[in-house]
Amino acid sequence: MFDRLYVMLMKEFLELKRDRWAMFRLIVPMIIQMLVFGYAATFTVYHVKTAILDLDHSQASRSLISHFVATSRFDVVDVASTQRAITRDIDHDQAVIAIVIHAGFNQDLENGHGAPLQVIVDGTNSNTALIALGYINQIVTQFSADRTGSTPAFRGKPAIPLTAITLQYRPWFNEGLNDRWFFIPGVIGTLTLMQVVSLTAFAIVREREVGTLEQIMVSPIRPYEFILGKTIPFFLIGLGDIALVVAFGILWFHIPFVGNPWIMLLGASLFLLAALGMGLLLSTFSQTQQQAFALNFFFVNPFFILSGFAFPIAAMPKLLQWFTVINPLRYFLVVIRAVFLKGVGLAVLWPDMLALTLLALVMLAISVLRFRKSLD
Amino acid sequence: MTSGEITVGNPVRTDVDKTSAPSAPVTVRAHGLSKSFGALKAVNNVDFTVTAGEIFGLVGPDGAGKTTIMRMLAGVLSADTGDIEVDGVDVTADPEQAKLHLSYMPQRFGLYEDLTVAENIFFYGELFSVSRTDRLVRSQALLKAAGLADFQKRLAGQLSGGMKQKLGLICALIHTPRVLLLDEPTTGVDPVSRREFWGILYNLRESGVTIILSTAYMDEAERCSRLALLHAGEIRYCDTPARLKATMPGVLLAIISSNPRALREALTGQTGILGVLLMGDRVHVRVDDPAQRIPEIRASLANHHVEITSIEQVVPGIEDVFVALLGSEETA
Repeated sequence: MFDRLYVMLMKEFLELKRDRWAMFRLIVPMIIQMLVFGYAATFTVYHVKTAILDLDHSQASRSLISHFVATSRFDVVDVASTQRAITRDIDHDQAVIAIVIHAGFNQDLENGHGAPLQVIVDGTNSNTALIALGYINQIVTQFSADRTGSTPAFRGKPAIPLTAITLQYRPWFNEGLNDRWFFIPGVIGTLTLMQVVSLTAFAIVREREVGTLEQIMVSPIRPYEFILGKTIPFFLIGLGDIALVVAFGILWFHIPFVGNPWIMLLGASLFLLAALGMGLLLSTFSQTQQQAFALNFFFVNPFFILSGFAFPIAAMPKLLQWFTVINPLRYFLVVIRAVFLKGVGLAVLWPDMLALTLLALVMLAISVLRFRKSLD
Repeated sequence: MTSGEITVGNPVRTDVDKTSAPSAPVTVRAHGLSKSFGALKAVNNVDFTVTAGEIFGLVGPDGAGKTTIMRMLAGVLSADTGDIEVDGVDVTADPEQAKLHLSYMPQRFGLYEDLTVAENIFFYGELFSVSRTDRLVRSQALLKAAGLADFQKRLAGQLSGGMKQKLGLICALIHTPRVLLLDEPTTGVDPVSRREFWGILYNLRESGVTIILSTAYMDEAERCSRLALLHAGEIRYCDTPARLKATMPGVLLAIISSNPRALREALTGQTGILGVLLMGDRVHVRVDDPAQRIPEIRASLANHHVEITSIEQVVPGIEDVFVALLGSEETA
């Protein structure tokens, strides 16, 4: 058996060596996507285009506006004078947010009852809108606090205690709540899944298309020898890719790696086996590379979206939550984030490791069984 | 080659002995072989035996089931019903064992195009656990016979179509199979390469290898020791080319004319004319009784103003036999 596996592997690596662009295709897209994701995938919002309509023209309204101008979160693009101008700004994408201070704002504050502040938000990008609203909330809270602090016992009235509870937060594992720390490990898992699944599926389907698969199958080689010969190189390539992008994340993006590299290796290996099984399974459903491409597209994107990479699984509808159970990326993201940031070990991660093991076993078993059938 | 009783009789009947009892040891035996793809019966109850040293040809139109039979013999496709025995091994029960005794070359041999000629041979040799010395000796001999000796370092992807087929054959032969299965091996191969290809096959036959090949080329069918004429998944006739020719009903006339199409128009459907087949500048006309029909044909053609250069009785080629036998079945 080892002779045939050996010659299979030799052939694979020879082909890889012959392929002048192989190294380029295996490494460069990973690095570039890592860079793009690393810089672009962020929930932090800066320079929100903001229009302001001040109908109060008071000390208080000007002070509030200066609070907005003072942060880099908002760029005041228009100081409007009519409500209509504000509407036009939002309609024409001149502004994403409009702040309207109605007449009587100062008076209401002076009188000590709450003053309404109107905020118009372009909800087409709900994500930016939500985050910007959060900032506005912070700024307004700050403004209120500043006012009560600076005008104690105004006109003889006692100061209204605005906040009874002071929130003091200290996030663990990522004190600055730097969302790059959250995304980069996720990117590593996602890119690896995409790379390994498609490489495996395409490599096997190509042999089927060219006819070498049938040719090999009339030799004494066993299907599992062929499958091993085909998957071991991609397992090694996958490990290499993971090592590369992990190093890149640590050295370039300065993501802390506080965990145990061996736990990482174990998780990555199990994850790669599951990904290889997936690629193999796709290949058994495809006669041509075109079909493999379509299937790959059909499966990999949902696996990415339903992994918890960006969208919390707990917030998904129950049906989709059930689907995530068979998603290896879901478990690997837990493992890789935990190893990177938390530094926890098997005592905590064993359920995810177990899930990865089961998934890898089931996918590989199904695909080996199906592989035999797909030869007919 | 073969001996045995002559199978003459009504050639339209299909219950003639299709296997024509051979005297040499049987190396391939197919019995009651059937395979369906959905509603399509690709192969229907096929029986045949092939003896050592024979070149057995499967001939038939596209879709007759040639490739399906080949793949079942090779053990890459499981039969719905029936048994196959190759070199004493039951293929249906133990395909892995059978693989050691046979070599299968599909229509398009799967070569690794980014590997060189020598590397492809090495790879297939290793898959069959051929020893290093055996591989070198055999590959040198085969490369020489195929005219590929100077191309060992060339990438397989850069070979011509004919060279690729020959390389495929070398890879298929690197492990000295007892039975060689070739599915339309010379389709798209130039005449020179085809000659070299057949040269290798004859040498193999002499060394006792059993060869089963399917072909759409009639001149190639003629070179086979025995032929099975396939139609719609069934073997309709199975015999040596010479005896198949003898079973063809009627006598064949070759008529040379400047206007063969008009000639065909004029003769089709006339009494005593069993078949008309265009063959380039000539027309092959099958008649029941030449002495009576030749004057009739001359008269009829004169009537239709079709000028002819000559009429002569000729020995039928396998294509004539093929069309005559399977064609008459169509209309029967």
